[in-house]
Amino acid sequence: MTDITCKLLVIGAGPGGYVCAIRAGQLGIDTVIVESTKLGGTCLNIGCIPSKAMIHVAEEFEKAAHAAAGKTPFGLTAAEPKLDLKQAVAWKDGIVQRLNNGVAGLLRKAKVKIVHGQARFRDGKTVAVETETGPKTITAEAIVIATGSVPVELPFLPFGGNVISSTGALALPELPKRLVVVGGGYIGLELGTAFAKLGSKVTVVEAQGKILPLYDAELTAPVAKSLSTLGVEVLLGAKALGQTAKGDGLRIETADGKERELPADKILVTVGRAPATAKLGLDELVLDMDGRFIRIGERCETSMRGIYAIGDVTGEPMLAHRAMAQGEMVAEIIAGEPRIWDKACIPAICFTDPEIVSAGLSPAEAKAAGYETKIGLFPFQANGRAMTRHGEAGFVRIVARADNHLVLGIQAVGQGVSELSAAFGLAIEMGARLEDVAGTIHAHPTLGEAFQESALKALGHALHI
Amino acid sequence: MAERIIKLPDVGEGIAEAELVEWHVKVGDIVREDDLIAAVMTDKATVEIPSPVEGEVTWVGAEIGDTVAIGSALVKLKVSGDGAATEASAEAEAPAEPPKEKPAAAAPVAAPAVAPEPAPKQLPTPKPAAPARPAPVATTPAPRRPVGEKPLASPAVRLKAREAGVDLRQVQGSGPAGRVTHEDLDAFILRGPEAPTKGGLVARTGITDVKIVGLRRRIAEKMALSKSRIPHITIVEEVDVSALEDLRAALNKKPTAERPKLTILPFLMRAMVKALGEQPNLNALYDDEAGIVHQHAGIDIGIATQAPSGLMVPVVKHAEARDLWGCAIELSRLAERARDGSATRDELTGSTITITSLGALGGIATTPVINHPEVAIVGVNKMVVRPVWDGTTFVPRKMMNLSSSFDHRVVDGWDAAVFVQRLKELLETPATLFVDM
Repeated sequence: MTDITCKLLVIGAGPGGYVCAIRAGQLGIDTVIVESTKLGGTCLNIGCIPSKAMIHVAEEFEKAAHAAAGKTPFGLTAAEPKLDLKQAVAWKDGIVQRLNNGVAGLLRKAKVKIVHGQARFRDGKTVAVETETGPKTITAEAIVIATGSVPVELPFLPFGGNVISSTGALALPELPKRLVVVGGGYIGLELGTAFAKLGSKVTVVEAQGKILPLYDAELTAPVAKSLSTLGVEVLLGAKALGQTAKGDGLRIETADGKERELPADKILVTVGRAPATAKLGLDELVLDMDGRFIRIGERCETSMRGIYAIGDVTGEPMLAHRAMAQGEMVAEIIAGEPRIWDKACIPAICFTDPEIVSAGLSPAEAKAAGYETKIGLFPFQANGRAMTRHGEAGFVRIVARADNHLVLGIQAVGQGVSELSAAFGLAIEMGARLEDVAGTIHAHPTLGEAFQESALKALGHALHI
Repeated sequence: MAERIIKLPDVGEGIAEAELVEWHVKVGDIVREDDLIAAVMTDKATVEIPSPVEGEVTWVGAEIGDTVAIGSALVKLKVSGDGAATEASAEAEAPAEPPKEKPAAAAPVAAPAVAPEPAPKQLPTPKPAAPARPAPVATTPAPRRPVGEKPLASPAVRLKAREAGVDLRQVQGSGPAGRVTHEDLDAFILRGPEAPTKGGLVARTGITDVKIVGLRRRIAEKMALSKSRIPHITIVEEVDVSALEDLRAALNKKPTAERPKLTILPFLMRAMVKALGEQPNLNALYDDEAGIVHQHAGIDIGIATQAPSGLMVPVVKHAEARDLWGCAIELSRLAERARDGSATRDELTGSTITITSLGALGGIATTPVINHPEVAIVGVNKMVVRPVWDGTTFVPRKMMNLSSSFDHRVVDGWDAAVFVQRLKELLETPATLFVDM
C-alpha cells in the first residue's frame, strides 16, 4: 500500500476532470488525477469525438453514394462507393488515440500526477485506488468528483448480444442491415442518421410524441424531414417492450396500442445517461443529492467542505463544454481565486442532419421567463452560401427582449450550423443587443450572414428577405 | 381586459384646475383599489387622488408641474373583468357630467402619441453627461436595470469585478440595455460605493434637476412679485428684552390649558397691535394697480412658519381682540395646522401685516421680504446676552434685534422709524403693553 498526499485530487479524467487538473497544475497546485479507463472520458473515447468521426464517414459515404446514383444537381457521378467499416473504425480509433496521448501530454506538462485505477472514497479527505500495481491511498485537501455518466440500461432490454449502447455502436465490426434505435434524443438520432447514410435500414422508437424533445418543433422539423428522406422510420409514442423470442428483433407497442415486431440485427438503446457514481463509495460521505445527481452550489461545491463535483455527475445539461468550464472554475477556486458560476448560456448542439444549435432561451422559454420578446427568423433559403453548399434547409432564429433588445437566445438548424455556436455564445455572453448583432459585419458569403439577418429581421428591416 | 380612465375628481374647492405635484404610480405599476395614484395642489392644499379600482397603469396624462383640469383624464388602467369597452370613471362625483364622458372615452385612440414612449428604438447613443442620480421625473425613457435583475456584463468585466470584490449589482451600467462596461466598473472601483470614499477629495460632476412645483412654485412667484414691485426699506433696531424675559419667565411658571407657556411672539403681537393703533397706515394692503392703500381696522397678523413642504403663513385673525394668551393659543393652533398640512385656505390667507421669526436661528439682522400686498413686516432676530453700557459700567442684558421692512412707496423712513421705536419702547417696558394709554 502506497500513500500519496496532495492538495487536489481529481477523480475522473474526462473533459471536466482533465481540464480541472491541467488548470490546477498551471496554477501551481499539487494535483493528482485518477482514471479507471482511458484519459479523456466518455467525450473523447466513446462520445463526442468518435461519434463525430463516424458521422463524418457516413456523410462522405452518402455524398459518394449520391454521386453514384446520379442524384447530384451539379452532374457529379462516381462508381458505387464501398466502405471498409473496420478501417473506418480504426481511423476513428487513431484519432481517439492521438487525443488520449494529447491529454496525457497536457497533464504531464502541467505536472499533474496520473493514477490509473478505480477510486473509492474512504472519507471526505481520503480515497483508495485499486491500481494494477496494488492499492494506493490518496489523501487530499480538496477532491473533485468528475466521474461522468454512463448510458442508461433498460431492464427489459439489457445491453449485450444484439442490444448495444452508443459505445457499442461506435465499434461495430460490420454494418447492421437493420438497426432499431430506442430513444429519439440527440444521441440516438445522430447515430441513427449516420447508420442510415451508411446503408442500414434504421427505425427509431421514441416514447414521447416528438423527436428531440429538448428542442421546439420549429427547430426539429427540418431534421424530421431529413430522416424521412433518408428512409428512417420514426415511430413516435411507441414503447419498446423487449427483444423478440428469437432475438432477431424488438417488440414494441405502437402509439395506437398495438404490438408490433421490428426485425433488427442490432438494437441501439439511447434513452439517456445516468451519473457514474456506483463504484465511488459515496456511501462513505454524506453528500446532498439532487435525485440521482450530486447537488452542487454556484461554485460547484457539494454539501461537504473540500469536495467539489463537476460535469455529468451533477446533472443536466450533460455537456462536455459545461464540465470543462466547471473544471476550470473549480481549479481556480481551489487556488484561492474568487470565482462563481456566472455564465449566461451553455450552447448545445445536435449533430443530426441538418445540425441544430441552441444558445440561451428559446421563444417559449423566454415567454415562460416573463419576457416580452422580439423574434427574428432568417431562412437559409435566402442565404447564398447555403445555396452553394446545396444545403438550404433550416434557419437562424434570434430571441430578444422587446424593451431593450437584449439577445436572450439564438437557435439555428441547418447544414454546418454547429460552427455558428461560437458566435451565438459570444453574443449572449457579451450581453449583445439586436443592434450589436445587426451592426457587426458578417463576411460574405457565409452561413453567418443569416445570423446578422435574423437580428435585422427582429428589428424589422432584414435586407435579403 | 378592459380599460378604465381615472379622471381628476372635483377636489372640493370649487376650482377648475389643479396642479399635479406628485405621481405615486408610473406606467406598468399595478394599483389596488384606494391606492394613491397622484397628488394635486389647489391654491394651498395638497389633495391625494386614490384609485377607485384595481388595475395596471397603462398611461399617465400629465407631468409633474402640469395644470390639470378637473374632469380630465389622469391615468388609464387596464383592469381585469368583462371587456365592457372603455369606461370612464372618476371619484364619487363621476356621474355629474355624463355628456363629457364621450370625448374622454374616445381618447385612447390619440393617447399613445401623447404617452411617453419608451425609447429602445434608438441605437446606442453617445453617452450623456451621466447625471449622478436619476432626475425625479415621471418619464423614464431608457429603462434602467430593475432591482434584482441579473447584471449585464461581459465575462471579462464579471471577472474583473469578482477579483476586485465588487458586486456588479451595485454598479450602474452605462452601456446599451444597462450593460456594465469596463469604464463603469473602473469608475465604480475608483469611487467606491455610492458614499464618497473615506480619504481624499473627489470632484463630483452631474447636475440634479429639481422641478419647482406646487407650494415651492407659489413661494417663488410670491417672492419674485414682492421683491420686484416693492422698494423695501429695512430698519434693524436692538431691543433690551431683559424685563420682558423676566415677565415671561414669571408668567410661564404655572402654565395651564388656558394659559399655556408663552414665547416672545404673543408679546410682540400685542406690541404691534398697540403700535399699529397709532400708525394705522402700516396695517394696510397696497393695491398698486388701483393706486389705493386699504387701511384695515382689524389687525390680522400673518406668522411665517416653516412647514415640511415649505414656507406657509397662517394668519392670527383680529389680534387686536385677543389678549396675550389668546394670541398664544391661536398661534400654536395655526402653527400646528400649517405643519401637518391641515390648515384651511381661510387660515392661510387674509393677513394685513406679517411677523417672521426664525427663533434661535434668527441671526443678528435679516432683510425680511414683505408679504405682498402688505406694507410692513417685522422680523425677529435671536436673543443673546450682550454687555450693555449703562452709563457707569457694562452690564449683561438680554438683547434681541428686530429687523423690519416697509414698502417705501407708501411708508416714509420717518414713519418706519417711529413704528420700530414704538415697538422697542413697548417691549423694553412690558408693563406698558398692558396699560391703556
